[in-house]
Amino acid sequence: MEVPPAAPPVTPATDGLLAPAIVLERCLTGIEGLDSILEGGIPRGNMVLVAGSVGTGKTTLCLEFLVRGAERGERSLFLSVTEASRKLIQNLSTFEFFHTDLVENGSLVFVDLPQIYERLGLGREELTTEEIGILLRSIRDLVRSLGIRRLVLDSLTSVCYRIRREEQIRDFMLRLGQELNEVGCTSLLVSEIGPTPGRYSLHGVEEAIVDGVILLWNSRRMGDILRVLQIVKMRGTAHSHAQFVIELTPIGLLMAPHLKGGREGGA
Amino acid sequence: MPQVDIGERLRALPSGSAVALKLDPREYADHYFAVLNATLRDVGSETNAHTIYLTVTNPAAFVWTLAQALDVPQDRISFVDAISHIMMNYANPLPNATYVESPRALEEIMLRIEYLLRKFPHPRSIVVIDSVNSLAIHNQPELLSEFFHILINNLKARGVLTLVLETSEEETTGIEQMLNLVVDETIDVARAGH
Repeated sequence: MEVPPAAPPVTPATDGLLAPAIVLERCLTGIEGLDSILEGGIPRGNMVLVAGSVGTGKTTLCLEFLVRGAERGERSLFLSVTEASRKLIQNLSTFEFFHTDLVENGSLVFVDLPQIYERLGLGREELTTEEIGILLRSIRDLVRSLGIRRLVLDSLTSVCYRIRREEQIRDFMLRLGQELNEVGCTSLLVSEIGPTPGRYSLHGVEEAIVDGVILLWNSRRMGDILRVLQIVKMRGTAHSHAQFVIELTPIGLLMAPHLKGGREGGA
Repeated sequence: MPQVDIGERLRALPSGSAVALKLDPREYADHYFAVLNATLRDVGSETNAHTIYLTVTNPAAFVWTLAQALDVPQDRISFVDAISHIMMNYANPLPNATYVESPRALEEIMLRIEYLLRKFPHPRSIVVIDSVNSLAIHNQPELLSEFFHILINNLKARGVLTLVLETSEEETTGIEQMLNLVVDETIDVARAGH
């Protein structure tokens, strides 16, 4: 598999007067508005939760993150639990920023997690501690052997349905984050959430472990629905806390400030 | 004061300018056509600019018919139509238009303009907002002020010429006060030569 040469490390532009003592290398998401509010991207090796309810654009945001990375020479991996890779690639082909040769030359890799479960014999509905370890090692080996620099797990929620105890989830995520960070792999973990405010994951422990949380939700204004994005947390950055309306266009995700009209929470 | 052609005044503006064009409601049709002529033909065609036309007053199909009468080529103008959907007039979408569901979707309007600026990168771009009065019918003043402040400053920073159409009233209104804060110049079409 041929992969284009990796792009040079990105050093973010920081606020002149609030510049930190050490500036962490960034992983450019390639989504212009997002990189701007993250001060130049996600700190390299961070594990980030992309949380949101159905239809808020989580998967598309993650796919664009991988495609932009693959274009920069950072080999990218999409671990799909809920949707078949073939269908995802089909959906991706409707976007102008995607080119099938990224998949063909191995820069962008899709793996269906259920196939890994099957290959590893992880057929039980609830994974044991030993089986969780097998799954982790399998993901680690995949990342190391392919030289993956960006990873998306869609979705963490689906994996967590099979890891039921909170301490096991905590352990799984801590170990996954550590393995990925060691090889400089930046990851986005999709978290499907309901409309409960203040909660970003199935169990509530996930958001405490990750380095960042990108929240997406549908906001209403006079009956109209707006898709809104907000960075709730991102270790290693002085990120924006403002809300942004997003649109998924053929050229990629675009962002505009969420207008408030002088009111809290929008007009 | 000698009359100065609107097109000439617009051509003389530095890049990144924002201008309000005041139309007299009693002579609306004449003024409207004069403004279209000045923006789409005099400035748009002669400077090889790409025009993004936000229409909230009339459907894009109507403005496109007028633009065709002015010999504006299809690849030189794109529409953001924020009125056809709510007028239930969306059966035959134009190939050079994108449709926003409601004139209340101000962020979506900003995003569509952004999309077209990126989709058609051009050394000289013009954004026409037609009109501030129509937007004011559907939006609260505070929200509209915020919209204009963000949109016009963003366009200015990118060197885009922004033209805001405004139907003038007898008295100074809140709309005029709001526009005065963001535009560099106001051209009264009734006083200008056209």
